[in-house]
Amino acid sequence: MTDAALEHGAGVPTAEVEELELYHPHGWITKYVFCQDAKYIALQYSGTAIAIGLLALLMSWVIRIQLAFPGAIPFIDANVYYQSVTMHGMIMVVYLLTAIFLGGFGNYLIPLMVGARDMVFPFVNMLSYWVYLLAVIVLAASYFAPGGPTGAGWTLYPPQAILSGTPGREWGIILMLASLALFIIGFTMGGLNYVVTVLQGRTRGMTLMRMPLTVWGIFAAAVMALLAFPGLFVAAVMLLLDRTLGTSFFMPAIVEFGEHSKTQGGSPILFQHLFWFFGHPEVYIVALPAFGMVSDLIATHARKNIFGYRMMVWAIVAIGVLSMIVWGHHMYVSGMDPWFGFFFAVTTLAIAVPTALKVYNWVLTLWRADIHFTTPMLFALGFLVTFVNGGLTGLYLGNVIVDVPLSATMFVVAHFHMVMGVAPILVIFGAIYHWYPKITGRMMDETLGKIHFWITFLGAYAIFFPMHYLGVLGVPRRFYELGETAFVPPSAATLNVVITVMALIVGFAQSIFFLNLFKSLKYGKPAGGNPWRATTLEWQTPETPPGHGNFGPKLPIVYRWAYAYNVPGAPEDYLPQNAPPLTVEHRS
Amino acid sequence: MFVAAAMVLVVLGSLLFHLWSPWRETPIASNWGFIDDTMKLTFVVTAAGFIGVVGFLAFCLFKFRHRPGIRAAYEPENQKLEAWLAGVTTAAVIVLLAPGLAVWGQYITVPDGAMEVEVVGAQWSWSFRLPGSDGKLGASDVRFIDSANPLGVNPGDPRGRDDLIVTNGELHLPVGRPVKVLLRSIDVLHDFYVPEIRAKMDLVPGIVTYFWFTPTKIGEFEILCAAFCGLGHPQMRGMLIIDAQADYETWLKAQQSFGETRKSLNGAGAKQALAP
Repeated sequence: MTDAALEHGAGVPTAEVEELELYHPHGWITKYVFCQDAKYIALQYSGTAIAIGLLALLMSWVIRIQLAFPGAIPFIDANVYYQSVTMHGMIMVVYLLTAIFLGGFGNYLIPLMVGARDMVFPFVNMLSYWVYLLAVIVLAASYFAPGGPTGAGWTLYPPQAILSGTPGREWGIILMLASLALFIIGFTMGGLNYVVTVLQGRTRGMTLMRMPLTVWGIFAAAVMALLAFPGLFVAAVMLLLDRTLGTSFFMPAIVEFGEHSKTQGGSPILFQHLFWFFGHPEVYIVALPAFGMVSDLIATHARKNIFGYRMMVWAIVAIGVLSMIVWGHHMYVSGMDPWFGFFFAVTTLAIAVPTALKVYNWVLTLWRADIHFTTPMLFALGFLVTFVNGGLTGLYLGNVIVDVPLSATMFVVAHFHMVMGVAPILVIFGAIYHWYPKITGRMMDETLGKIHFWITFLGAYAIFFPMHYLGVLGVPRRFYELGETAFVPPSAATLNVVITVMALIVGFAQSIFFLNLFKSLKYGKPAGGNPWRATTLEWQTPETPPGHGNFGPKLPIVYRWAYAYNVPGAPEDYLPQNAPPLTVEHRS
Repeated sequence: MFVAAAMVLVVLGSLLFHLWSPWRETPIASNWGFIDDTMKLTFVVTAAGFIGVVGFLAFCLFKFRHRPGIRAAYEPENQKLEAWLAGVTTAAVIVLLAPGLAVWGQYITVPDGAMEVEVVGAQWSWSFRLPGSDGKLGASDVRFIDSANPLGVNPGDPRGRDDLIVTNGELHLPVGRPVKVLLRSIDVLHDFYVPEIRAKMDLVPGIVTYFWFTPTKIGEFEILCAAFCGLGHPQMRGMLIIDAQADYETWLKAQQSFGETRKSLNGAGAKQALAP
């Protein structure tokens, strides 16, 4: 005699999945250095990414100080300025954001959220971190090489990137390209882990359509990374050969300061196609994990199921697919065949539809919800506002003819910072406040968290929203100094000063976050296993922090989707994914 | 409630900033007012989207803030609503794309009878070449470049002999005549950028790119480079001077042709050997 199941869709779990043989460490080195536990590797990735990210933050101050007070600091000459611009951009996009979303959050959350004991290839996973660390060291080494780091701009366009008019031509560009190649090798190893673990490592009952959106976001991003990074890899290798062996992949016949080159026949536009074939998916590789995580933050802290989960999954997949065919919108004025402009404008604006649907669904999740304004929720809300803003300015740039006057101006800089620099960073903060109790067993300080939020959110918005207007005016990007430029009024210089002051304030305010991070390790309120009363599997582990093997002797069995919040008839306002199905007896 | 109010203030603040901002597009001096119109349309649509979404968000934050006894609703999906939202968004995208692509179609279609002018970019200066009385630009190639021939005009091509060579960074054009601007670089990527014209395009070594425009205002407009080209990138400046027809012709007469420049530079007897 079976009880009538109250929950629609609380189906019978699928056939047994064979348990993964777990690796067990022996000595100190394999436990604390070459550890193969994904949770540990996640912390290694995150720590390294944040450390190099702080260097990139420093670079941003060099840039902003020069823009606001040109020539005030003699040390910041054109060389230093362009080197800072380049290193800031490359580190932030690749070595911080990609590394922390995939290597950091991917490693920590995927096995836990799908009910696995670890990633499916733990040894390769461990190796991937050390390859990433090597990539970071090679990049940092360019500061000590003759000529310093490359100053070619993060896009590294040839021919200038490997010619003498650009800083770092001697060694910087070589180290940059080598570092990128290493990074891509490491992330291929990691990417295979994330993808195969999601496909093969899910526990009983965890169907794809029961996975939390965090997993969907990181999974889609990992698939895209495996497809897109090879574009950058080959471009980097070819550029390296052009630089070191004098090949002509990207180098036409030129005259460089009076010297005729030996190269001929190469195409600079080819580099741009290869770079942006990687570069555009790359920004979605950063955005999709953020989208996934923000869904889980909102659902948990508003005690409500994500609205339209199936559409959210469809949208993640659609965005992933479409993002592979929009790259030409970075090349509207590159001199490529003008007819491509029509194609890429259509695909680029088309991608606005699934993206907008996600935004609507986040807001509709809050409709008739029970919203708790915890620090993670605040950061999720900050993401919504800044992402909507940044996404909408993308509609200007995606529409090919409107991009013509705006390209290479501060409008582009403002857009990509808002949509990549502010919005995903707010998600990273929210995610850290949210999952810190699971990682450490302690809560972070809510008051410090709220102060950190308001300064960061309002401050970052005040930095980048006004910047769009400099672009509308026509102020170009990558200008070490504007000098006497007739069409730029003196008020623009004032705006630059205001933006710089805001940037310095927001930058320094991050110390509140780090203070909180370290202080809470010792003095944070003990959290228990599930302080947020969340439904997903990582909160249902027997130990907190989760032990090696995550779930103790028995893997969880999943009976429902990840968003059973305030299910009618349920005794509490949340139902963990692995709680047994509701029966008639449960109705109180 | 506080958070909802903050979101409303962000929207209001942004709106007020936009209305009060002294930083507007530079006054346009070309026929490409359609670009400005499309930008204005984009502003209307995106502002409506921003105000709508964040406004509704703020409303939800206020109305559905946690209070004791509150329980959230349980609403996994609403296919009708989602379909309607998808429809509205697609319509908005079409409203932006349709005029945008129509103007792009005009952008890539040079009108008949446009005069041709060539811009040559180098690290870090602008030079220009105009077809002479034969109305045709001579062939050119980077391998012909030497100190006597900085723009690499093919000396063997008779059509190039009467081309006017301008190396002082100042290009004059007559007002009201459509001009197809041919772009050539001898070293790295550059971009011919005059904000008042709106139209621009990269200069790519190894190929010839183009864009077209019609100057509509007499005046002087600074030329900047809008593609990072090395340390001298911010200093790579020129001047675009739009003249009345008579003044333009005066300037034209004062320019040296390719044949004349070679005669005067060859005065020292150096017919430079072509570099390998």
